[in-house]
Amino acid sequence: MSSNVEISASTQAILAEVNPASNPRPVLVLNDRSHAWITEKVCGIIEGKTPLWWWVCFAVSCSIAGCSVIGFTYLVSTGVGVWGHASPANWAWDIINFVFWVGIAHAGTLISAILCLTRQNWRTSINRTAEAMTIFSIACAGLFPALHVGRVWLAVLPGYLFPAPNANGIWPNFRSALEWDVFAVNTYGSVSLVFWYVGMIPDLGVLRDRFFKRGDKLRSGIYGFFAMGWRGSARHWVHHEMAYLLLAGIGTLMVVSVCSIVSFDFATSLIPGWHTTIFPPYFVSGAIFSGFAMVLTILLPMRAIFKFEDFITAYHIDCLCKITLVMGTLVGYAYLMEFIIAWYGANPNEGFTFVNRTFGLYDWAYWIMFSCNVITPQFFWFKKVRSNFAFIFVLTIFINIGMWFERFVIIVTSLARDYLPSSWGYYSPSIVEILTYFGTFGVFSMLFLLFFRFLPIIPMSEVKTVTLQADVHGGKHS
Amino acid sequence: MSKLFPKSINLLPFKLLAYAAVVGGVATAGITYYATPSYANVGYAPVQPVPFSHALHAGQLGMDCRFCHSNVEKSGHANIPTSQTCMNCHNQIKTDSPLLAPVRDSYASGDPVPWVKIHIAPDYVYFNHSVHIARGVSCVSCHGKVNEMDVVHQAKSLTMSFCLDCHRAPEKFIRDPKLVTNLDWKNPEGEKAQIEQGKKFVHNWNVKPPQSCSGCHR
Repeated sequence: MSSNVEISASTQAILAEVNPASNPRPVLVLNDRSHAWITEKVCGIIEGKTPLWWWVCFAVSCSIAGCSVIGFTYLVSTGVGVWGHASPANWAWDIINFVFWVGIAHAGTLISAILCLTRQNWRTSINRTAEAMTIFSIACAGLFPALHVGRVWLAVLPGYLFPAPNANGIWPNFRSALEWDVFAVNTYGSVSLVFWYVGMIPDLGVLRDRFFKRGDKLRSGIYGFFAMGWRGSARHWVHHEMAYLLLAGIGTLMVVSVCSIVSFDFATSLIPGWHTTIFPPYFVSGAIFSGFAMVLTILLPMRAIFKFEDFITAYHIDCLCKITLVMGTLVGYAYLMEFIIAWYGANPNEGFTFVNRTFGLYDWAYWIMFSCNVITPQFFWFKKVRSNFAFIFVLTIFINIGMWFERFVIIVTSLARDYLPSSWGYYSPSIVEILTYFGTFGVFSMLFLLFFRFLPIIPMSEVKTVTLQADVHGGKHS
Repeated sequence: MSKLFPKSINLLPFKLLAYAAVVGGVATAGITYYATPSYANVGYAPVQPVPFSHALHAGQLGMDCRFCHSNVEKSGHANIPTSQTCMNCHNQIKTDSPLLAPVRDSYASGDPVPWVKIHIAPDYVYFNHSVHIARGVSCVSCHGKVNEMDVVHQAKSLTMSFCLDCHRAPEKFIRDPKLVTNLDWKNPEGEKAQIEQGKKFVHNWNVKPPQSCSGCHR
């Protein structure tokens, strides 16, 4: 055995000459936590009593979600006139909020799929939460296109959104980017849900067994139903890992495709400021940027509340900040590139649109967007900032705000000032839109609180694979 | 874990799939059959104030549709005849039939006979009779064999897909405009000849039935 690791004299001479820097792999689970400790820690949250703060937050979230219920009920019962939309800005908060929430979803898929394929082991402790964020934000996003037409039944009747035979003899228009959206978002939602669920099956099996031992037949039965007979045999693991890998492959495509298709809603039109080829990569990087900011916004409090310092280490936060920095800088690059292309393209309408964005009626929105999205992430260049969690939290809130304003700027400024000066207008939202959008944050946090209470929020089985104990060399292998 | 779930639960996913297929299939079939206008509207035959028989007038006596519905070639709306039209003949025939009393009253007072409308195009649909008649769409295509009905009923579903079936393939239906009121006419040389002839008509008369939303929902 020992002969294998013995280093020959010549190698030692080379090493002495090269003098490689010591760059140890970061430890992903601190304090050499045992597998049993991890199980106790994660299952303990579900098995313990519901804490008071949970009830308080849940009640507040439900009340906020009620704003959406009221807003949508009023919209459906009265008609789309209750929103502030009017020609020329016939699109506004409905699609802004849709793109905002869909964008946030992307970070979850990137963390769980792309980082899985590239073997970034630090993803293990955060992917469950990130993917929950994906699913919950897709749910929030889906509310807007489904309800914004006022006639909600059209969203489910065959022939309107979904192609199926119907008494009207009509069929969706497959040349419309909006129809592509229907398929992109539905595919995304279902793949994410399956991915999330498949990853959770071993952990659900653990919960089933633990509740069974305590004699809690009801909970054991419910977790057991969803664990689908998981026994943890080698055969199960082989199939599970293959399924997970395949889903990661599909999910990787989704990270790039979904927001590209969402950007086609604009790019395939002829409105100045929308009709640009930069849109797909611009939207994808924006989406990942906003998503990582939201992941941080959620992880930092979660880490503090549940005392997950051993799972979500400073290294994890550091990695997330670095990706946020890259994506934020890409977004800033896209902002500047839009100007250069507008100038270089020499199209007067395009040129006017960008000057109007920066110095026109909506300049306040543009500068909120610019400072939040371009300046804020630049703080992440500094190690000191990346280890100051309170400051990171504040920065991510600014990014969330900035990314909402990005969509507002793109959509509203272009529509309010299009080709015909005679039809120019100024859009401002009605109270109904504001309440509805505000309410979706309640829906989002409500779903998250339920997730915190009833599901294993740290993927136990995955985290165990990156502990020191799981390493045959005990972490001493260099 | 044998105590938690019985072995039979292994079949549960398949059972659920089977149930979902059965319930989904029954629901789809039920809605398709019972909840569409072809079920809900076809056969609507309200009681009219006068038991006017189209089978007698248009069928047995061979009166042309346009004798009474006289504006159908010129107007978007196919008019219901006034009682003066009825009285053209009925001041000679069956002058004291009690069944015709409402017609005579209407003729005397000037108030119309309160006929009950059967074929109703919703107010969000634009439909023009004259253009259909002028391009050889027979009455029978939408109203059925009225010349055989004692009491008129709705014969066709008149759903949007019913309209579109013809708008998408007019050659299957259009004929020489001289024959539009001949409800018994069918191309004597069969369906193939109908389509061939129809295609010629479509080409020669430049028939372009609208299929866009705004063609009918103006």
